[in-house]
Amino acid sequence: MELLQLLFGGVANGCIYGLVALGFVLIYKASEGVNFAQGDMMMLGAFIALGFGNADQMGWPFFLAVPAAMACMFGVGWGIERVFVRRIFGQPQFALVILTIALGFVLRFVAGSIWGYTPLVLETPFSGVNFYFGGVVLGAADLVTILVTAVLTLLLWAFFAFTRVGLAAQAASQNQMAAYIVGVPVMRLNGLIWGLSGVVATVAGVLYATKGAIDPNIGLLGIKAFAAAVIGGMGSLPGALLGGLLIGIVEPLAGRYAPGEFAQMSPYIIMLVVLVTRPGGLFSQIQMKKV
Amino acid sequence: MRIVFKTTYDRDIDIHEHWGKRGAYLALLAVMAVLPFLVGEYYLAEATNTLIWSLAGMGLMVLVGHTGQVSLGHAAFLAIGAYTDAALMTAGVPFLVSFPLAGIAAGLFGALIAIPAVRMSGIYLAIATLAVFVIVEEMVILLSPITGGVGGIFAPTIEILGISFDRYAELANLYWLVLAVVVLVTWGYANLMRSPTGRSFLAVRDSEVSARALGINVTRTRALAFGLSSGVTGLAGALMGHYIGFFNYELFSIFISINLLLVVTIGGLGFIQGAFLGAILITAVPQAIAIFRDWANASLGVDLGGIPGLDTMIFSAVLIAFIIYEPAGLYGRWLKIRTWWELFPLARKDMFRRQKSYLKTERMR
Repeated sequence: MELLQLLFGGVANGCIYGLVALGFVLIYKASEGVNFAQGDMMMLGAFIALGFGNADQMGWPFFLAVPAAMACMFGVGWGIERVFVRRIFGQPQFALVILTIALGFVLRFVAGSIWGYTPLVLETPFSGVNFYFGGVVLGAADLVTILVTAVLTLLLWAFFAFTRVGLAAQAASQNQMAAYIVGVPVMRLNGLIWGLSGVVATVAGVLYATKGAIDPNIGLLGIKAFAAAVIGGMGSLPGALLGGLLIGIVEPLAGRYAPGEFAQMSPYIIMLVVLVTRPGGLFSQIQMKKV
Repeated sequence: MRIVFKTTYDRDIDIHEHWGKRGAYLALLAVMAVLPFLVGEYYLAEATNTLIWSLAGMGLMVLVGHTGQVSLGHAAFLAIGAYTDAALMTAGVPFLVSFPLAGIAAGLFGALIAIPAVRMSGIYLAIATLAVFVIVEEMVILLSPITGGVGGIFAPTIEILGISFDRYAELANLYWLVLAVVVLVTWGYANLMRSPTGRSFLAVRDSEVSARALGINVTRTRALAFGLSSGVTGLAGALMGHYIGFFNYELFSIFISINLLLVVTIGGLGFIQGAFLGAILITAVPQAIAIFRDWANASLGVDLGGIPGLDTMIFSAVLIAFIIYEPAGLYGRWLKIRTWWELFPLARKDMFRRQKSYLKTERMR
């Protein structure tokens, strides 16, 4: 029973890691860049939802506040691409890594200046609601998390697999020049994808906030989500979700059955093992570079 | 405009193009050597700190600037160096033995990490080093009998041949020790970069495929660069431990890794001088901010101390500005200015224009 409980909590946590990882993968799939500020975008999304929704702030109803926050974060993501990322178009990959790390600090500073550094709680309709199922406690927040994650992953997968825009984004990531030549608006597409990843980050942030208090430093969760994305193989949406679930499940199990600091280290150990044995991740898309 | 006429190959690969440049560096070295007689305690301590940061910056520069591999976990090697040195000295090993051992320990650990890590490219390597950093940080807490765990550890006072290098009592001695280490490492580094090994680093950075085609063992080269880089960073860590005096795992946070990246990018990737310029910036800016804050408080009545995280914010803004407007960093900017003066009426705006490259993926499916 205890094991089942741990598993359930792990899956719900894993879904959040998976969602943040989805944000990484989105940007990676479209522009082969890695957005290290994804965790901080998640944090900002949660705070904007809190700013709209909480009674002592704007006091909008929850189901209005969340879409509003998503719209805001679409703007933030799009704006980051428009103002910063586009300027370093054509520079080596790690330029984007350093740029986004710095942007993460800026976002953290912005959130800290507006909402302060003390933890705040987002008011949601399903906080504190529990279902009892044969001795296992199922939190409504956890159930919602799992459901939303599943739906969102399916939607994004369908977006990349079937829609014209999604296919164009994939084409742009494989060969920008060739994509330009066949008429793909690469720049505009990148903006759209960054906006989209802002929306996914908001969803992840709101779901994270349903489980506890948030402060500007929760963005550090992004590092764990990163491990998830890598385990799945950076370019694969289902892989990212799976990686997130794996980390989410292993973490509480290691905390319960393994000694000391292992729970903290376990995501990274798994990641290193995966990287050593399968350098491209479990759903690898990288092959030997040819001339 | 001076025209350097090169008649031999040795002349071509000389570190300094002509005696004017060599003289400038010798003059700088002379000023640095007599610095303790020129400035007060406070500025001497800052200079020592800057030198230690330059050493760590050089460590990362080998990797990022000259071999083209990004590491987000170099604080781990600083930590390994600092803890190895402090633990060995506590056990009674003299500094002259424990200091190189600290470097070797960090270097070996780095090489050990590098063997799987170098198979990955770009972004994967960055993430793997981040993971290594987190694991090392937890290990430091786990190994509390050696490292003092959360509580921390004292770095014993250095003593060589009866001369004390105490951080507070004999700051000038410590400064000279650090300066000597930095000069030696810089000299070795500059010479390494004109040897076949150093040139193979550059070849691997510029194009892995063509380096392989030229017969360079890419894996070995990258692992070597990683080992060297972490070794030098380990040395810097050991010195940093002595400079701080008392430290625990929190000294080597993820922010230190990011600051190190800042040092090499703002300083100028691919230039040894860049590590020094970056280190000067990173140690001077917090002081400048503190001075400005006091001034704003006193004369304008604005309390900037009430805004937490302002320092990091300013650093981030500077970093973003550099990445967008001057990717070659401070030293790159200086090179442009110098070239402009050297060629005076003939310099053109397009001389330093970067070539745009378009992305081609390594994913095949």
